[in-house]
Amino acid sequence: MSAPDALGTDRPTLSAERRARFDAIRREYPPEMTPSLVLPLLHCVQDEQGFVGDADAAAIADYLGMPPMQVREARTWYSMFEREPQGRYVIKVCRNIACSLRGSERVLAHLQSTLGIAPGETSADGRYTLRTVECLASCSTAPAMQIDRTYHENLDEAAIDRILGSLP
Amino acid sequence: MTSGTVFFNHELTATSHSLADYRARGGYASLEKALRTMQPVEVEREVLQSGLQGRGGAGFTTGVKWDFVDKKSPVVYLCCNIDEGEPGTFKDRWILEHSPHQLLEGMLLGSYALGVRHAFAYVRGEFDLPWRRLAGALAEARTAGLVGERILGSHFSCDIVVHRGAGAYVCGEESSLLNSLEGKKGWPRNKPPFPAVKGLYQRPTVVNNTETLATVPWILANGAPAYAAMGVKKSPGTRLFGVSGHVARPGLHEKPTGYPLQRLIHEDAGGVLGGRALKAVIPGGSSTPILTAAEVETLTLDPEAMSKAGTMLGSGAVIVIAEGTCMVRLLQVLTRFYAHESCGQCSPCREGTDWMNRILTRICAGRGTGDDLATLRSVAAGIQGNTVCALGDAAAMPVASFMKRFGAEFEYFVQHGRSMNDGRLAP
Repeated sequence: MSAPDALGTDRPTLSAERRARFDAIRREYPPEMTPSLVLPLLHCVQDEQGFVGDADAAAIADYLGMPPMQVREARTWYSMFEREPQGRYVIKVCRNIACSLRGSERVLAHLQSTLGIAPGETSADGRYTLRTVECLASCSTAPAMQIDRTYHENLDEAAIDRILGSLP
Repeated sequence: MTSGTVFFNHELTATSHSLADYRARGGYASLEKALRTMQPVEVEREVLQSGLQGRGGAGFTTGVKWDFVDKKSPVVYLCCNIDEGEPGTFKDRWILEHSPHQLLEGMLLGSYALGVRHAFAYVRGEFDLPWRRLAGALAEARTAGLVGERILGSHFSCDIVVHRGAGAYVCGEESSLLNSLEGKKGWPRNKPPFPAVKGLYQRPTVVNNTETLATVPWILANGAPAYAAMGVKKSPGTRLFGVSGHVARPGLHEKPTGYPLQRLIHEDAGGVLGGRALKAVIPGGSSTPILTAAEVETLTLDPEAMSKAGTMLGSGAVIVIAEGTCMVRLLQVLTRFYAHESCGQCSPCREGTDWMNRILTRICAGRGTGDDLATLRSVAAGIQGNTVCALGDAAAMPVASFMKRFGAEFEYFVQHGRSMNDGRLAP
């Protein structure tokens, strides 16, 4: 959906609900710091729908009055932003040094065989996306993974089965 | 607050992170004291005289960093660096989860000393509970009149913004953090100008680590001499040491600087996992040069002692490695990380981190060739000192130090196509 502006080009539209959320975030920052809102607004959209699509990025740029490229740059450069819809649950397994020393390879192998997908893939039913990530600061509670925003630590095969089984 | 411990001075309960509990253990008394009885410059002097050094890794004296800022500038910013991402490090996360008001009070004291109206807490994007705890504490503090207009009835007004990062190790570098806070990709800036001169939106800015700022309330409460009396003279105070890897009880410990590393590993962390022998220790986060068991025998947790041993205290993240671990595969885990996190700005780091990782990945797959080790050494040497920020050095130092201390394992892997050990990293 888009509406032409004064120059006749299409302007991306923003739902009233999303605009209200953007306005609330904007009020937390000093007024002269508009560019600082790029990451918070990208997070806002991703928290809501799991990814930030092209139209979403364009709408953020339009809302902020910034060149679309600046929003697209942030969306692509930071590893947490997804550009396409993800599985219902995004499972992120730490593979850095402390987790490696405590069994992250076994964690990843168990998830791969249980879910039938490799890192970077989404299960055919759209339920799970599996990813590897770098250090989550769970080094004393390694090995660790994150499902969406929630940390799961001190993992072994049984704990993983229990956690997956408890997901609605 | 108990003297002798800046952080581990309260029992962790379901409410110990709350404003009520923090106040019950003396919290915000330092802020009240500063606002009622001290000039900003006196706060700065107290921090300078305490000898407090930055806890993010570089160890620069905090009071000197604050002194660089032109207080007459119409706008000065303070940023708290909570982009905790150095592998092995989990101390800032503890502060946010268990004592978030202590950090807010430290940020307010720093803001008062520096004349800051808007301060920023840059929290790494992956953090969930730590972020919620900090945001919750900020809401409590605002309601209680501890943040915002005319704090505690004084003439001092200060707002704090909690800002989420989005997954980039390099944003822990201060100038990269500032670019990120300006909504840009987190490319580090050339220095000079330093942030104290031209920082956030080109304004004078101080960027301090979480543990550093959270220490300031204790210094104001107990006095600079009390702080300076703890630990070693040149780097006084206590530090949060995170022990991870092959130990029986991984965890976080607050110890005075100069504490024996062996005691931290064998007593506090319960010794090496499964009673195996100690093989190596990475003493201050994954970027700091690795040491052999023999090298750490008499080593103390003190920046000067670490420097003499050819490594660094860094972020206080002690990673313990047991006998039998394959050092080639372990190094590949690290090169993969740095290749993933290189921001792409400087060619030596962008190309070099990926090159080193490709070579090590090939060696680990049993397809190493005769020139690989010489190439690795030369690429690491080519990165070091040739990049805008310290990420390049951080990537090169593990490669150089692993190969220097465990060279025979690398030679063996290349020659035989398999590990000299059983190849496993975890027990």
